[in-house]
Amino acid sequence: MHRFYVLPTLLINVVIILAPALLTIALAFFRWDGIGMPVFIGLDNFKALWADRVFWTALANNILWTLMFLTVPIGIGLLAATLLLVARRGSMFFQVVYFLPMIIATAILARIWQGMIYSPVSGVNGLLQRMGFPTLDPLTQPSTALVGIATVDLWHWWGFLCVIFFAALRQVPQEQIEAARIEGASFWQLMRYVLLPGIRSTITLMMIMTVIWSFLVFDFVYILTQGGPAFSSEVLSTLAYRSAFYDLAVGKAAAVAVIISIFGLIATAFYIREQSREFEQ
Amino acid sequence: MRLIESRATLVLTYAVLIILLLITLFPIALLVLNSVKPAAQIIQNPLAWPETLRWDNFTRAWSDARFGQTMLNSAVLSGLTIILVCTTGSLTAYVLARRKIKSWKILTFYLLATTTAPIQLFLFPLYFGFAKLGLINNAVAVSVVYTAVWSPFAVMLLRTYFLAVPKELEEAALIDGATHWQVFTKVFLPIVSPGILTVALIIGLYSWNEFLIATTFLQRADTSTAIVSFFLLSGQYSSDWGEIMAAALIIVLPVIILFVLLQRRFIEGMAGGSVKG
Repeated sequence: MHRFYVLPTLLINVVIILAPALLTIALAFFRWDGIGMPVFIGLDNFKALWADRVFWTALANNILWTLMFLTVPIGIGLLAATLLLVARRGSMFFQVVYFLPMIIATAILARIWQGMIYSPVSGVNGLLQRMGFPTLDPLTQPSTALVGIATVDLWHWWGFLCVIFFAALRQVPQEQIEAARIEGASFWQLMRYVLLPGIRSTITLMMIMTVIWSFLVFDFVYILTQGGPAFSSEVLSTLAYRSAFYDLAVGKAAAVAVIISIFGLIATAFYIREQSREFEQ
Repeated sequence: MRLIESRATLVLTYAVLIILLLITLFPIALLVLNSVKPAAQIIQNPLAWPETLRWDNFTRAWSDARFGQTMLNSAVLSGLTIILVCTTGSLTAYVLARRKIKSWKILTFYLLATTTAPIQLFLFPLYFGFAKLGLINNAVAVSVVYTAVWSPFAVMLLRTYFLAVPKELEEAALIDGATHWQVFTKVFLPIVSPGILTVALIIGLYSWNEFLIATTFLQRADTSTAIVSFFLLSGQYSSDWGEIMAAALIIVLPVIILFVLLQRRFIEGMAGGSVKG
């Protein structure tokens, strides 16, 4: 029976993702150090989080992160994509270069920025300081650490959006653009009334994905600051990871994971609704 | 599509595009430039042209990050993951692309939903479960985890390739008495092989670069991947940034060469897979 061809995928998915995910939800109501017997404690993990300043910092950072990523890279990506449309030659070349950071490992990108740009010893930052500029290493300041990390992620991310938007823009029907041109629309009017509405569904989808990904962000934070200094750049995923593997508070970590998932779930509902339109066709 | 603009607009357009290009390339240029400089010169000026080429940065990086072992580990892990994802993924895509039954739609949405689940939602029980079963530091176990995480993406991408195969081909083969297995292997696989190649490339890239799962499940020195051993090398206090950048370049170079040769496949696979669904 050919319908059993889905079994390998499904089996691996259930064993690695679904079953452990259900266990995580259950663990959120237990105290567990990962070794002994879990002890049922009801909502205590959630109550402890409610009273935990670091949790609120992490949640606020995730929300701030979401807002940054909903605006800056989508804005730059859209701008660059429309400019690629205007440029007559070389759009393929620019596109490939903009995409390049996406294929390099996050661990490596993080270290390049940390050592070669931000570092007051070995980076461009140190060079500026020796020349007399009062620059600081953003990663070591509680007020700027999160923005410092986000800059690295933004830098590596916007090119991906640019490529997607550029591909979508090229699908906008030529007749619509010509009609607008004949009626004397300026470039900005063309953007506002023809091009942006033409790729609205792509922008919406990317915004939904941005919200989902913003609550999953882990690598750059973990590698650049480990949530520091003084938990100022902590996000929910690093808080969960540290709780589980450094403090051996697996129940607390599970509770944080459940909270991340709730935010993800809301965005996922939108995502699936948006995607299902495509499957209807 | 082409917009006709005035000369001034064009100049401005290219100016902005080139500024964005320089911003993108600046950190990557620093990586290449400083990989051949002695640490002392980097501390003086990371932007300066190298006075002497220190090729021994690369040999020291190779031995300090134990790349002889860890690159091999990464290659084995990537290879295993590619094989697992491509075989299970194409089987599933074959079914999902052809049957218009309600339950298949539910399965499709379930797979879509798992792509958006945070790793932390399943990581902790999985880790402690694997620890109990002695599966920590086991490359096969990690490749199964990777397969679970990335196969929804692979299935969605492959599905579009399977959808493009004409229905008549399949029907004709079935009428001639071919089994579904024969239809899958003899009719579909040759036609969708470009799609499978794209998926293999992207999955290979993802597993080569992956950090969170590798650093959690492959802790012993002799099982860790190149990325994890780079992370450990670059996290030491007495940092020789020339050596660290050389180590980074060793990991990145094969990826960049592949990307330059097969850019279209990479871009279509990564951008198409996440948008088209």
